Amino acid sequence: MGIQLAFYFFAAMTLGFALVSLFHKNVVHSAFSLLGTLLGMSGLYVTLNADFLAMTQVLIYAGGILMLLLFGLMLTKPSETERSLKRIFVAVILAGGTAVLSAYKMAGTVWSSGDGELPASTVKEIGLEFLRFDEWLIAFEFASIVLLAALVGAVHIARRRFPIDDTNALLKAEQGGAN
Amino acid sequence: MTPESQIVWLLAVPLLPLVAWALQVSFGRFLPRQGDWLPTGAMGLSAVIAVWMFIGVLSGHDAGTGTLVSAELANPHTWKFFFSDPALTEGLAGFQAGILYDPLAAALLAMVAVVSFLVHLFSVGYMQGDSRYNIFFANLPLFTFAMLAMLLSDNLLFFFIFWEVMGLCSYLLIGHLSQDKEKPRTEAAWASFKAFMTTRIGDVCLFIGMMMVYDKFGTLSFHGLYAAVADYTANGTHWEGWLTAAGIMMFLGAVGKSAQFPLHVWLPDAMEGPTPVSAMIHAATMVAAGVYLTGRLFLLFSPEAQLVVACIGAFTAIFAATIGITQFDIKKVLAYSTISQLGYMICAIGVGGVAAGLFHVITHAIFKACLFLGSGSVIYGCHHEQDMRKMGGLRKKMPITYLTMLASTLAISGVPFFAGFYSKDAILAKALEKSMVTGDWYWAAPFWLLLAAAAITAFYMFRLIFMTFHGKPRDHGSEHAHESPWTMTVPLIVLGTLAIFGGKFWLTDPMHAISGGDEPWFFQIVDDPTHAEFATIDLHDGHTEAAHDSHELAGHDDHDIAHTAHVRAMFMSIAAAGSGILLACLFYLWGILSAASIANRLGGFYRLVLDKYRFDELYNATVIRGTTVLSGFLCWVDENVIDAFVLNLAKLHRGGASLSGVFDKYVVDGMVTWVGETTVAAGQTLRRLQTGRIQQYVYFTLAGALALAAVSLLGIF
Amino acid sequence: MPLSAYLVVSVALFVIGLAMVAARRNLIYVLMGLELILNAANLNFVAFNRENPGDLDGQIAAIFVIILAAAEAAIALAIVLNLNSRIQSIRPDDADTMKD
Repeated sequence: MGIQLAFYFFAAMTLGFALVSLFHKNVVHSAFSLLGTLLGMSGLYVTLNADFLAMTQVLIYAGGILMLLLFGLMLTKPSETERSLKRIFVAVILAGGTAVLSAYKMAGTVWSSGDGELPASTVKEIGLEFLRFDEWLIAFEFASIVLLAALVGAVHIARRRFPIDDTNALLKAEQGGAN
Repeated sequence: MTPESQIVWLLAVPLLPLVAWALQVSFGRFLPRQGDWLPTGAMGLSAVIAVWMFIGVLSGHDAGTGTLVSAELANPHTWKFFFSDPALTEGLAGFQAGILYDPLAAALLAMVAVVSFLVHLFSVGYMQGDSRYNIFFANLPLFTFAMLAMLLSDNLLFFFIFWEVMGLCSYLLIGHLSQDKEKPRTEAAWASFKAFMTTRIGDVCLFIGMMMVYDKFGTLSFHGLYAAVADYTANGTHWEGWLTAAGIMMFLGAVGKSAQFPLHVWLPDAMEGPTPVSAMIHAATMVAAGVYLTGRLFLLFSPEAQLVVACIGAFTAIFAATIGITQFDIKKVLAYSTISQLGYMICAIGVGGVAAGLFHVITHAIFKACLFLGSGSVIYGCHHEQDMRKMGGLRKKMPITYLTMLASTLAISGVPFFAGFYSKDAILAKALEKSMVTGDWYWAAPFWLLLAAAAITAFYMFRLIFMTFHGKPRDHGSEHAHESPWTMTVPLIVLGTLAIFGGKFWLTDPMHAISGGDEPWFFQIVDDPTHAEFATIDLHDGHTEAAHDSHELAGHDDHDIAHTAHVRAMFMSIAAAGSGILLACLFYLWGILSAASIANRLGGFYRLVLDKYRFDELYNATVIRGTTVLSGFLCWVDENVIDAFVLNLAKLHRGGASLSGVFDKYVVDGMVTWVGETTVAAGQTLRRLQTGRIQQYVYFTLAGALALAAVSLLGIF
Repeated sequence: MPLSAYLVVSVALFVIGLAMVAARRNLIYVLMGLELILNAANLNFVAFNRENPGDLDGQIAAIFVIILAAAEAAIALAIVLNLNSRIQSIRPDDADTMKD
């Protein structure tokens, strides 16, 4: 019963904040409401017995990715008038239509259900999985390389300044300004 | 002399003039005196060799040894003509070519070489100052070369090749003055053209005849043909029509070359050439070639063909002689005289007197060359005046020319003991003998025609002498005439001397006919090589009486008849010559009779003869008009039928092409363009989808996903 | 809670994220939409993992997705900043140089 309540609470929290994020005019507010969505997701993970994942969600999404987004917001000049409710509704209807049709299909599907149950704490298990050579070790190492590359690449791309004589870019910039 | 060295010397005879020609035509104008000494010298050398070889033949005969250098001794090369592939030549007879040097060729070779040399020498004086002096001296040795090489050919094909070279050279030489740099003569160009075209008719006939015999016998070698004919008549037992036809066709070649009726028209016009050329053509080379051909081919002539030969020869002899009476141009008189004398020779061969005919060729070459060169000397002395009516009284001013020409005239008239007497007598004797042996009227005709021609010849030749050299000068040109330089008189003296004594030289026993001794050696050696074939033909040809009788193959009766004929013919010939000379004296020396009044009395006939029986007009109206009309018609056909056909075909093609073009443009190109344009249009249309707006792509993706989901849901897949 | 409940949440979240990517004219929103889509996917992974408890593959996959999302966010934000400094705009429609 408690699990059910928790689920409804976290589901509502996730979707509610997501909708706010979708419809809000202010991008900063949207970003902050996204924090609620991510935390709600974290709660849903907990209801699914994935405590390690819930922690990771909070740490990386709420602490890292959202921070990055906020930095991006601060370093750019967002337009205040870009929101178009009509467009959002059209998009929701299209995407929702797809989703509903998919869900209708999924509802007719019989999902296999294994026996056994999840361990009470998955932290140690996941650590062992990662370190087992025949399971995830290679992927794990590659993930670290990807992260390192992303780090270096992000720094490189963000630091790049367009050169003075890049007339095409300048022209484009002027046109963009005129628009 | 071994045969091998003999061949080398023989080859040198024609090759010396050829080398001279090559050098003269290449370098002549750079040489001193424009190189006239080069061909003259080469020709002199050639003449010396030819005479030396001839003497060798004579001595060989006297010694009783073999006298022949024939194809067998000449080690002939064998060539396969026309095809090189053995598979293709299989069944074709190999072609052999060699040198034929028998007494007949030897005598003519010596004669031609000597006369040519003298003509060369004469030309050095006569052609002085000509604007194309070097060219003249290039063409002259080439002409001689062709004649000499022709005489040495042992087969008809090579014979024909050199024969044609000679035709070309005659064309060049007759038309020599037409290219004169100062005053080109159009008449010369026409004359050369006429000579070339007229002889061409004969040449084509000769070639057809050659093809006919080659087709049947598979050989063109003279000896091969003799043997083949002998075999043929032996097996076939009589002469067939095609062989007669082939013989007449080949004889027509000689008709063209030797200016016999009806192809005689070119020769008088050929007088447009310089006088030495006339001497060359009419004495040594061109016309003698035709007689030589007829003599060589005599064994191929069926009795019918022989009759044709004899009749044409006899008719030409009398016919040309009558024209000769009426002419006033000194060279024209000589030209018709030549035609007439050639008729003699041809007729002689026709009646079976090959040796007599060729004997006459040789004597005639000597005195006719002398006459032509003499007339050249007269023309030269009279400042290029050719009309006899403006001459006269040249006897004192040009004694050498007068005496030599008189000697030659006596010779041609058949006055006893001059060269022409023997040969002409031999011919008349042959004709009479033939007539007596056969007893047919048509074989009698040649003799009487020839006899009449002999009288007329004597008449017009003395007319020429009297009008030119006797009486008073009738023009200031002849008043101031002068004797010619030594280069011109020396040949005259040589030839005149030969004209007097030449006949005796040829005959060991001049009066053989009366004394009844052996035949003269020339007749023996010339007839010798052919006797074998004659014998073969006669023995197996019982059906053909004429053939049997025509050859003096020796029954005792025949021999008696021959002897009788010779005696009769000799006296009749002397009588004819005497009457002709007497008439000429009456008309032109003593003036007792007036030629003009006779001419007036004859009226139309005289004018007809004066106009040379209007053969030129006749040919103009028939052959040339006919050719023109035919060519006009062919031109019309060409324009209106062939061209129209071609044009319509072209139009058709163009129509087809434009149709194809339309198809190409609208269907093939259309398809290609359509594909291209559709692609472009599709690209242009789809390009609008490529907005570059990422979020639109998202919409498209969503729409696609929706569609896929709907499809999936509806269970289509 | 049954699996389908989680799937419904996941689908709803996916739809919201997709709409955000499609409809908002701001690259930051597009990124946020992408995060939502990835979270929806993660929720599926984890939910299905609960149905198949023999191993933890679903959760581990979700961890990898998070890792990649972090990397993606870093790169994407760098690109956004670079774009902003180039054309002074972060409207995705303005970055259409490659259209022509």
